[in-house]
Amino acid sequence: MTKQMFRTFGSILALSASVLATQALAKSDITIAMQLEPPHLDPTSAAAQAIDSVVYTNVFEGLTRFMGDGSVVPGLAESWEISDDGTVYTFKLRDGVTFHDGTTMDAEDVKFSLDRAMAEDSANAQKALFAGIESVVAVDPTTVKVTLSEPNGNFLFNMAWGDAVIVASDSIDDIKTNPVGTGAFTFGEWVQGDSITLNRNPDYWGDQPALETATFKFISDPTAAFAAMMAEDVDVFDNFPAPENLPQFEADPRFQVLVGSTEGETILSTNNKQAPFDDILVRQALAHAIDRQAIIDGAMFGYGTPIGTHFAPHHPAYVDLTGQSAYDPEKAKSLLAEAGLADGFETTLHLPPPSYARRGGEIIAAQLAEVGITAEIINVEWAQWLESVFKGKDFGLTIVSHTEPMDIGIYARPDYYFQYESSDFQALMELLNTTTDPDERTRLMGEAQRLISSDYVNGYLFQLAKLGVAKAGVQGLWQNAPTAAIDLTAISWAE
Amino acid sequence: MSRSLILGAVLSSLVLLAALISFVWTPYDHAALDIPAKLQPPNAQHWFGTDHFGRDMFSMIMVGARTSIAVALVAVGIGMALGVPLGLTAAARKGSWLDEVIMRGNDLVFAFPSLVIAILITAVFGAGAINAIIAIGIFNIPVFARITRGAALSLWEREFILAARVSGKGAARISAEHILPNVANLLIVQGTIQFSLGILAEAGLSYVGLGAQPPTPSWGRMLADAQTMVSFAPHLALIPGLAIIVTVLGLNLLGDGLRDWLDPRIRVARA
Repeated sequence: MTKQMFRTFGSILALSASVLATQALAKSDITIAMQLEPPHLDPTSAAAQAIDSVVYTNVFEGLTRFMGDGSVVPGLAESWEISDDGTVYTFKLRDGVTFHDGTTMDAEDVKFSLDRAMAEDSANAQKALFAGIESVVAVDPTTVKVTLSEPNGNFLFNMAWGDAVIVASDSIDDIKTNPVGTGAFTFGEWVQGDSITLNRNPDYWGDQPALETATFKFISDPTAAFAAMMAEDVDVFDNFPAPENLPQFEADPRFQVLVGSTEGETILSTNNKQAPFDDILVRQALAHAIDRQAIIDGAMFGYGTPIGTHFAPHHPAYVDLTGQSAYDPEKAKSLLAEAGLADGFETTLHLPPPSYARRGGEIIAAQLAEVGITAEIINVEWAQWLESVFKGKDFGLTIVSHTEPMDIGIYARPDYYFQYESSDFQALMELLNTTTDPDERTRLMGEAQRLISSDYVNGYLFQLAKLGVAKAGVQGLWQNAPTAAIDLTAISWAE
Repeated sequence: MSRSLILGAVLSSLVLLAALISFVWTPYDHAALDIPAKLQPPNAQHWFGTDHFGRDMFSMIMVGARTSIAVALVAVGIGMALGVPLGLTAAARKGSWLDEVIMRGNDLVFAFPSLVIAILITAVFGAGAINAIIAIGIFNIPVFARITRGAALSLWEREFILAARVSGKGAARISAEHILPNVANLLIVQGTIQFSLGILAEAGLSYVGLGAQPPTPSWGRMLADAQTMVSFAPHLALIPGLAIIVTVLGLNLLGDGLRDWLDPRIRVARA
């Protein structure tokens, strides 16, 4: 054998080795399905959860951020100092962070973002997060001083919300269609009605993510969702819409099922200003007429945790008050009689599209019929629901899941769609907002939960479960949903 | 009597009987939930099994037959009540502007795909059995108008009509006394066919959530609810699906059989 042949043979070997090596490398792209398509991509000007699912921590980052376990960790702020009276936060920003368009992220951008969010004409969906901010001062390019009007124990938590991400003044005009952030992924392409693609940001300040590209696909129909997953057209379904199909995925070695909790308190929202629901006896009767376990079993196929108040059961400050509104149809009937409605009454039950509402509503209507309440079921689309129920307040009952984290504060807003007006509760919330001592906060949160539970503001049903389905090799998915997010930086494929 | 007539009559009356009996008796309360007993396959207690809320499917199918029949019957009734007089008028005034207006109006309604417009109507005016009836009824009008006019036109050429005219009867009276009885056969046959189409249309509307609203059971909605569960509880989809097939097949066979039986020409040929 000549040298020449050896060389040829050697290069063939080397070539095949390199081919093998590329095959052995883990996949670096992923397709993630979600049920709803975002209306646009600016998390700071809309409440739509789908926006956060796509861009939160992927494209946009805030001063702090949520982790999958619900903890709040430093984001663009490397560290911070809090003044002794709890009103001045001095954030030290990370050095060398750039936006996707190449401009540097500095203290001026933070000032711009916060000022924009709390401005009078701001379109931010969660303005309450910024309500206590008195001033934002850019001390030097990497230092920001935020002064609050009074201490706020929630401030670092508030800054982790998707509504509080840092945006740049240069790229703000096109943010809805071309989001420019600081995150580990840049916006690629949006095929309306089908998918959004994000690409890895090579200039990211932190660790490079394992994924190179990620595609978010929008599949609203539960049957199509099942088919897409089974055919392996998508790698992950963020929150699978048909709980009845989960046992099939569990039994299939190709898939993994991640059952976790969300921040979604699913409630039978009651119009507190509409007769007869303005009578606490009627609302109490309503609470006792509902069998939560039947709803969880029937509508969610067993996935979900019963709640007795508007608070997430996995939160340390949660108080189990389900006993206060235990299923007792006889008691419900006598309460109705006491309220002068022994013959029952008629009302409307508006049901948005998710199966927890449509199926849950059929079960609740049947349970209410048992105690003499006739609830006429009206199925509505989300747009109609927002228009007539949420804005128009033209409803008797409706079922909806409130998925914002720590949102018990909505009960302090008398113009909120269920129209609960209680000065006691409002005072309690004000006190809670200015309290920083953790034990005292826990006590106050417990009191707030008890108050709305004993006022029977709404029918408290269950905490919505997060039902993730993914291919077996996908790692790093969030099991729980402390906020609506699909954190791509943590996701990778098993070798 | 032909075999298809007998088979069609048996199947149709089976469904009709189920609907009628459901007024006085069903094995279980069709709306009663029994969640621990959900998704049972057909068995001795629940002949057609139970659905995802543990409701008895047999009772739901019985009451669902009532919904289907009521919607289709009233819809066909609307179509006949408006379409037949329109057709008779058009035939009596053949070639006049009135004839033109009526028949072009029919063409206009015919030009739209019926189910799509039915969806539009119920989406605009709200979902529910009443609006479904109206939506389906509107599309039955031109069917009856056209068939009545076609049959009436040839009758107007006949000698006995001429005799009636000579004896001084007006067009309206002739239409009612002589034309209508002679097109009745055709109308009965067409009515049966339209009835089966009405049942299909109602199922279609309910399937997309625009028909009868819960808790009123409806075959179309039972099918829609079953969609995600077909793979582990096939009876949820098979049973309402079979109910629709049996009804539509029965009515079509009945319509065919009636046509053969009522048509004098075919009767003569057979004899």
